[in-house]
Amino acid sequence: MRILDPGPQTTVQDLGRFGQLRYGIPPSGPVDGFAFVLANRLVGNPDGAAALECTLVGPRFEVSASCAVAVTGADMPVTVNGREAPGWTTLALRPGDTVKLGPARAGVRSYVAFSGGLEVPPVMGSRSTYLRGRLGGLEGRALRKEDRLRVVAAPPPRPWRVARRALPDYTGEPTVRVVLGPQADRFTQTGIDALLGSAYAMLPQSDRMGARLSGERITHARGHDIFSDGIALGSIQVPGDGQPIVLLVDRQSTGGYTKVATVCSFDVGRVGQVRPGQSLRFRALTVHEAHRLLRESDAVLEAGLREEIA
Amino acid sequence: VRFLPAGDLAVLVEFDEEISVEVNTRVRALEFLIQQKGLPGVVETVPAFRSLLVYYDPRAVGYDALCASIAELSPQATTAVLPPSRLVELPCCYDDPELGFDLAAAARRLGLSTAELVKLHSDAEYLVYFIGFTPGLPYMTGMPDPLTIARLPTPRTKTPAGSVGIGGTQCCVYSVESPGGFWILGRTPLRLYDPAAPEPILLRPGDRVRFRATDRGEYDRIAARVDARAYVPVIT
Repeated sequence: MRILDPGPQTTVQDLGRFGQLRYGIPPSGPVDGFAFVLANRLVGNPDGAAALECTLVGPRFEVSASCAVAVTGADMPVTVNGREAPGWTTLALRPGDTVKLGPARAGVRSYVAFSGGLEVPPVMGSRSTYLRGRLGGLEGRALRKEDRLRVVAAPPPRPWRVARRALPDYTGEPTVRVVLGPQADRFTQTGIDALLGSAYAMLPQSDRMGARLSGERITHARGHDIFSDGIALGSIQVPGDGQPIVLLVDRQSTGGYTKVATVCSFDVGRVGQVRPGQSLRFRALTVHEAHRLLRESDAVLEAGLREEIA
Repeated sequence: VRFLPAGDLAVLVEFDEEISVEVNTRVRALEFLIQQKGLPGVVETVPAFRSLLVYYDPRAVGYDALCASIAELSPQATTAVLPPSRLVELPCCYDDPELGFDLAAAARRLGLSTAELVKLHSDAEYLVYFIGFTPGLPYMTGMPDPLTIARLPTPRTKTPAGSVGIGGTQCCVYSVESPGGFWILGRTPLRLYDPAAPEPILLRPGDRVRFRATDRGEYDRIAARVDARAYVPVIT
């Protein structure tokens, strides 16, 4: 596979690098794991095969051998040799075919999986790119024009598409589920009410480290500093200005700001698909409710999505 | 200990609200016990000053069951269970203003000569409470009291990797180039984080650290060997 035009930030990701947070290295991996896994399944790959994550505008690339690809996630118009092609669908490519992903009409991040997966050397057990740490992926960086990536040879997968009713809607104002804490007791009731009762707009400074939001101030009861502690995926950190930051896959491993709540794992991807200027709301669940919904979200992924195509 | 949910995939286990070797040792001992027992469902752990963040797979273990088994282990979490810690030597060049650019100013502020400051700093033994924030960055204790110093009034926007600094009661070694408010006394030629190395991270939670004063000539020689991947850090 040869990159003709990389797009603003296209990186190689697998499901992430685990066990390294105690050394300060974040997991990385896809921001939207749901869309990532479906892309791999559409081309017959294991869920953790390395694929591309594209941001706001996709790449243009050429393949030199037959393979299958699938594009999921943000709604970027896909063309193969200039002809429109569907997303969330197995696409068979022939040698010399050129694929292009245009600017996203909805959502932020799209995923391109190749049958067999992308071959880059694993670092600390993962092929994911950690941009700030210049680690993993292709030389620890985003893809550039004329980069070449090897696609592992694989038998052609059986083509299918994700059922229409199962496609995520990235428009509108989503409600993402959170579990309050670990430091909810450091905020006033007014602050918690603001978090759960008003809309927060995505700021353009957001990246794979954190989604920076702006809205009603989340007021602290006593100071915004704590003794640094570990930061979980989806933690909503609130510094002194009262504005929330949802920490994502490239987050710092520890930090010294209070965290009012934590976005549930099954909604983290949805946060990552909110465009700058678009807004979202938060709703609180108990841990046990969150675990029940996690099982439901697993079940959605396992069943009822598949539509065979000729 | 106290358990606080951190979303659906992690729980924060908190000890007493203080920064001390005693409390942090219990944190690291609990982490060690969890690893050693192989508690089912635990994915990874992140120690900090006085808390342990435990990532788990809720498909493999429920929240209540996990908290109960951690609560059962916590009384055993004392120094006695920890394996002997490593002592890591960090060569450090203090006496070149290009590297230790705040040494003279910090000495004046502390009412010490630069030689006294260097001796105090390099005679001490430091303990790594935990690694965090950026890859390989140690949070350390053990700085001699006379080196307590207010942070820089205006933080620097860029501090080179390897810079050895002091601020408040803390000593810090920058693992990557980053902004910061520490007074930079010197620089180590070793890389606390090296993404291209087979083992990218030098220091671990619980390590003891000593700085060995080197002159610029030795600093450059070690730096060249580090570049060539020919330098083996002194770890005992």
